[in-house]
Amino acid sequence: MLPVHILPELGQVTLILALLVAVSQAAMPLAGAQRGRDSWMAIARPAAYLQLVLVALAFAILTHAFVVQDFSLRYVATNSNSLLPMQYRFSAVWGAHEGSLLLWALILATWTGLVARFSQRLPAAVISRVLGVMGLVSVGFLSFLIFTSNPFARLLPAAAEGRDVNPLLQDPGLIIHPPMLYIGYVGFVVPFAFAIAALLDGRVDARWLRWTRPWTNIAWGFLTLGIALGSWWAYYELGWGGWWFWDPVENASFMPWLAGAALLHSQAVTEKRGSFRAWTLLLAIATFSLSLLGTFLVRSGVLTSVHAFASDPARGLFILIFLGLVIGGSLLLYALRAPGTDGDAASAGTPFVAASRETLLLANNLLLVAACGMVLLGTLYPLLADALGLGKISVGPPYFALLFVLLMAPLVLLLPFGPLTRWQREQISRPLAMLLPWAGLALGIGIAAFFLAPYGRWKVAAGLVGAAWIVAGTLRFVWTRFSASGNRFTAEMLGMTLAHTGVAVFLVGALLVEGLAQQRELALRPGQAVELGRYVFRLEGVERLQGPNYIADRGSVRVLRDDAPLTTLHPERRSYASGGQVMTEAGIAPGINRDLYVALGEPLGGGAWAVRVHIKPFVRWIWAGALLMALGGFVTAGDRRFRTARNRVAADSELEPASGFNVDDLQPEVVRR
Amino acid sequence: MNPVRQRRLWLVLAVVVAAAIATTLVAMALQRNVAYLYTPSEVLRGEAGERARFRLGGMVEGGSFRRAEGSMQAHFRVDDGDATLPVVYTGILPDLFREKQAVIATGRMQGGVFVAEQVLAKHDETYMPKEVADKMGVAHKKHDVQTPADKAGTQ
Repeated sequence: MLPVHILPELGQVTLILALLVAVSQAAMPLAGAQRGRDSWMAIARPAAYLQLVLVALAFAILTHAFVVQDFSLRYVATNSNSLLPMQYRFSAVWGAHEGSLLLWALILATWTGLVARFSQRLPAAVISRVLGVMGLVSVGFLSFLIFTSNPFARLLPAAAEGRDVNPLLQDPGLIIHPPMLYIGYVGFVVPFAFAIAALLDGRVDARWLRWTRPWTNIAWGFLTLGIALGSWWAYYELGWGGWWFWDPVENASFMPWLAGAALLHSQAVTEKRGSFRAWTLLLAIATFSLSLLGTFLVRSGVLTSVHAFASDPARGLFILIFLGLVIGGSLLLYALRAPGTDGDAASAGTPFVAASRETLLLANNLLLVAACGMVLLGTLYPLLADALGLGKISVGPPYFALLFVLLMAPLVLLLPFGPLTRWQREQISRPLAMLLPWAGLALGIGIAAFFLAPYGRWKVAAGLVGAAWIVAGTLRFVWTRFSASGNRFTAEMLGMTLAHTGVAVFLVGALLVEGLAQQRELALRPGQAVELGRYVFRLEGVERLQGPNYIADRGSVRVLRDDAPLTTLHPERRSYASGGQVMTEAGIAPGINRDLYVALGEPLGGGAWAVRVHIKPFVRWIWAGALLMALGGFVTAGDRRFRTARNRVAADSELEPASGFNVDDLQPEVVRR
Repeated sequence: MNPVRQRRLWLVLAVVVAAAIATTLVAMALQRNVAYLYTPSEVLRGEAGERARFRLGGMVEGGSFRRAEGSMQAHFRVDDGDATLPVVYTGILPDLFREKQAVIATGRMQGGVFVAEQVLAKHDETYMPKEVADKMGVAHKKHDVQTPADKAGTQ
């Protein structure tokens, strides 16, 4: 039996071993693939599994230290406390820098293990390069952990009591938010590794691309869930009632999401039609680079953000160098090896004319990438201005909101056309004729909403027009598939339908809550009430309450609708025992068509309390829309085509027919290679 | 022109047009929505003068916070070690707002008083926003405030 008190040292050794395994997982298979040595390439899979086991062991040891409250570890002592409830001891593992990096490494190792496991039918040289590139990324993160952010560093003598995890993070939403986000971030390493492998090999094979598509979809789905959870958490935990702040840390996760959404669509084109090859590779590199940039922005503390924690400049420098190597290296490789620059037909894919589904997907990509670039510029501009000596500035949310709406409006307009338009060549009048009645319907709904809405007319009308247009257009596509005989409705189409419907649901939520939300902020004495719309909120009283590791002032707010009692809300203001931080817990009455939201501020003297009351119409639709989008990603990943594709030996030049329906008026397929 | 060339031409044109529109819009939107950060002594020297809306950064002066009983209007002074500026804010202050801690307020000057629309304090009570730390330079040492750099050194 191993003495328990040396476990952290064992964790340290495990991490170092994992680094060594990662080095060999990177070096040997990459060199082997280049020189055609089978025995070197054979190292890739076992090394990937071994690395997963080692990192998982290290993670388990750190978790154990939190559960048993080993305050002789500096990381545990600064991020835990003997009063901390058990479920938060698990989430405290990733509550700060070192542990969240270890979680990063664990998720990376897990993705690597899964790739190793589910790639049996790929050629040895391809999978060796892919696992080798993933090994390189792992080397970067594990050395970052070991050299600058060791979670197993001892604190001697041991602290008698821990400093406690940041109270903001003591919340069920925050238990799963970081893992979801990281699964998404790190998942983009799979298309990235495939892009690098393809560049090293000098060929972009439709078969491998088909193999990576489900991985991209799953990663993007998790990233969507992670961002939605973060937004939901900010909504109920920060007490401001907002759901998106265009904060640098939010932007950091939103950029890879936008690039990833573009990548999903571009990958589909390349896989089915052979076009956009170089662009797909570049997007795969960009998406993963943005994930790394996001980690850098959050972890280095270079940006002022409500999410930023105290951080160490040495760490920022390390990530910056790592980022430079990854982005610089892959872009250099791209510049040297990208396909399509020599103009040969094989790398350009099937030709298409301006009126075709390819063009629509190109527009989708340009808009999403432009939005991503706009967010990137707004996020980095303060850094840039500071470096150029232009003063300390910040970029306000109106910048992002205005440009995002301008860029997304054409996307919403074009979205229903995409699935209804044929590949390669289309008469513009055909999809227009199919969609015209639905455009009329959407406009009608919008006009009605404009005159019925009590205020915020433009936002309400725009939200409903956009949502109705997308839902109707998407249903039109579904109907086309079902009405014509002999057409299959594949999982991929179902996924697309779900995700596009998610966009519509999100639009309803986002624009209706912006247009119709009501808010009052005022001083209330017990017995006093405030009226907002049809609702009356009466502060009944405020009592003292003892929690496990905090003392709370708990308000009781009676809510009446049209003078009939509806519910009683209990907003809290918690003061945590260690560190004395104060936290707001909003009292929320959720509903499908509106949330009632009460937050308790500070005591104002004379028995009065600062109270903030919101009515948030349709706010839940924002997260419901995100859920649908994520679900769409997962369903698409489950398409049979991606699984059976591995069995086809001669699938190399196989392309999807130019249209799912009505193929008679098309030119013959261009046969490649 | 063959279809491949033609398509490329369209692609390049689309990218150039999109980039031009995007650059113009971004430049315009940035110009309007950028807020500069100033410390009280810079404001008193008139450096923030011509910009109506800006961010004021510094420490909340000890003992300066007052609020009339039962009122939402809060008065406090922001200090950068060399000068102080009175601030008025109506509304709920952030949970971490405390005297002798870093704060960033967004708003404008009205008759010698900074009228804040928004007040930001930070998650972590020992954390000082980097830009405020940079701006205050030596000043923060007078107040015995830990900056991220000090913190890293003592860990």
